[in-house]
Amino acid sequence: MTLDITGLKVSIGGKDVLRGVDLRLQEGRVHGLAGESGSGKTMTGLAVLGLLPHGSRTSGSVTLGGRELLTMAPRELNKIRGGEVAMVFQDPATSLHPMLTIGKQITEHMRHHLGLGKREARARAVELLGKVRIPGAEEACGRYPHQFSGGMRQRVAIAVALACSPKVLIADEPTTALDVTVQAGVLRLLRGLCDELGLAVLLVTHDLGVMSAVADEVSVMRDGLVVETGPRGRVLREPSHPYTRSLLDSLPDAQIEEGGR
Amino acid sequence: MSLLTIDDLVVEHRSPGRPVVRAVAGVSLDVRAGEVVGLVGESGCGKSTLARAVCGLNPITSGGISFEGHAVTPLGLRRRRLTGIQMVFQDPYASLNPRRRVGDQIADGLRTSGDTATRPADLLERVGLPREFAGRHPHEFSGGQRQRIAIARALAARPRLLIGDEPISALDASAQAQVATLMRDLAVESGAGLLFISHDLSVVRLIADRIAVMYLGRIVEAGDTAEVWANPRHPYTRALLGAIPAPDGLGVLPAELPGDVPDPADPPSGCRFHPRCPHVMDVCRVEDPVFGPVSCWLHADGIPSAPPEAGRPGTA
Repeated sequence: MTLDITGLKVSIGGKDVLRGVDLRLQEGRVHGLAGESGSGKTMTGLAVLGLLPHGSRTSGSVTLGGRELLTMAPRELNKIRGGEVAMVFQDPATSLHPMLTIGKQITEHMRHHLGLGKREARARAVELLGKVRIPGAEEACGRYPHQFSGGMRQRVAIAVALACSPKVLIADEPTTALDVTVQAGVLRLLRGLCDELGLAVLLVTHDLGVMSAVADEVSVMRDGLVVETGPRGRVLREPSHPYTRSLLDSLPDAQIEEGGR
Repeated sequence: MSLLTIDDLVVEHRSPGRPVVRAVAGVSLDVRAGEVVGLVGESGCGKSTLARAVCGLNPITSGGISFEGHAVTPLGLRRRRLTGIQMVFQDPYASLNPRRRVGDQIADGLRTSGDTATRPADLLERVGLPREFAGRHPHEFSGGQRQRIAIARALAARPRLLIGDEPISALDASAQAQVATLMRDLAVESGAGLLFISHDLSVVRLIADRIAVMYLGRIVEAGDTAEVWANPRHPYTRALLGAIPAPDGLGVLPAELPGDVPDPADPPSGCRFHPRCPHVMDVCRVEDPVFGPVSCWLHADGIPSAPPEAGRPGTA
């Protein structure tokens, strides 16, 4: 199933946050969205799920398999949110509930969306935890988020997002809060899940290295507009927009290559 | 003589009802004047504890820290004479007082060093902010600007050693390299040493003269930045460098280091890295490689205590 975003505009309190964003997410592909903070990357992700802050106005269209999400009634949208479209947030320390066991957090929406019984849901939770490679999945279900390390928590958050077999996964800076070694594991996991389950992934990140590692397509955003879109190899190697060029040049590696330290 | 000498430092965290956590387990490190030393490692490896101990913010269990030949004593309630070490903290949203003007906060630093000639505005200028910002409060600034103010405040005390404890991790990617370079330039310009702690290796590479890699309370490899980068010798350093994704557009997934950082309250026997090491040998499980500059049995040549070719990996 594809997710199409066309001419998406969002204004919050009279300020234009997005000024006409066009993106297309395809099955089994990772679409990377890059840009500095404040460029509207996160807002694009939130707009898809109707999670924008109160008082924001949207126009344009977001369609999932032909259905318009922006104007959808809340009741309908609730079925899609967490079901067909899922999200992974930046900081697993705050996106998971500290007082519920992770087994509870994985099964809760599964029982709601899929109507599973307690036992079935639990079995599936164990299976999912195995899939995101949490050691001792059976026992891990009864533990709380604080008992896991940062990387493990993000894996749990991914398991939560995958619980209802979504078609589209929106990952908002999923590895920013993690160490590089842990990040490598999470990126491999994301890429593998995308290939295996045919997920359409929107990967929001400011890290062009991460982008280069997992994204198939790359879009670069600035001030609420997509300034450049294209296949990863072209955008990162031969950027056509000066802004993309400047982003690449501001990386520490680029500065070393220039000879200055 | 080096500016800061850390000798076999051990720092333990004790809390009631919990096992003792040995956050820093025997670290020796030198920082010379005008030198930038980068300390890198995963979260939970004890980098921050080490930095706090150097400032006297954490009591030390054994070993010694000396600054300009004098031992660093724990910070107490009394006014401190040791103002030659200044620290820039991780989160500029928490390290500045929200209720005081930034100029006044910088003036605190100037008063410590007895500097009456410099104005807070001069320091703001040095960190690249307009002079008139001195009258503003911290909430009027972005993260990058706040961190610049925190740096200005630390510099105001005329430190001979500046410590940055993850000073860039709370900043935007575009501001990170800028702030790190600024810190380096200002420290080196004033002849001070800089101990820069970060988990972001690419930035450390950009600014550090020497690099020390820490794993679970120990320094596993230390050396010149360029050398370590070009030829990492410890398997952990290799794994760390290999995990950085390159923005080359080739779609190469970074190499993964299996496993998690073990619990520092219960470190593995022998070499602390052996459960995750791809080149693990029999000796690693039993004996701790306590030598430098690369604490690994693979690089034990010429070390008197090295075992005679004990189970070297053939092809690994």
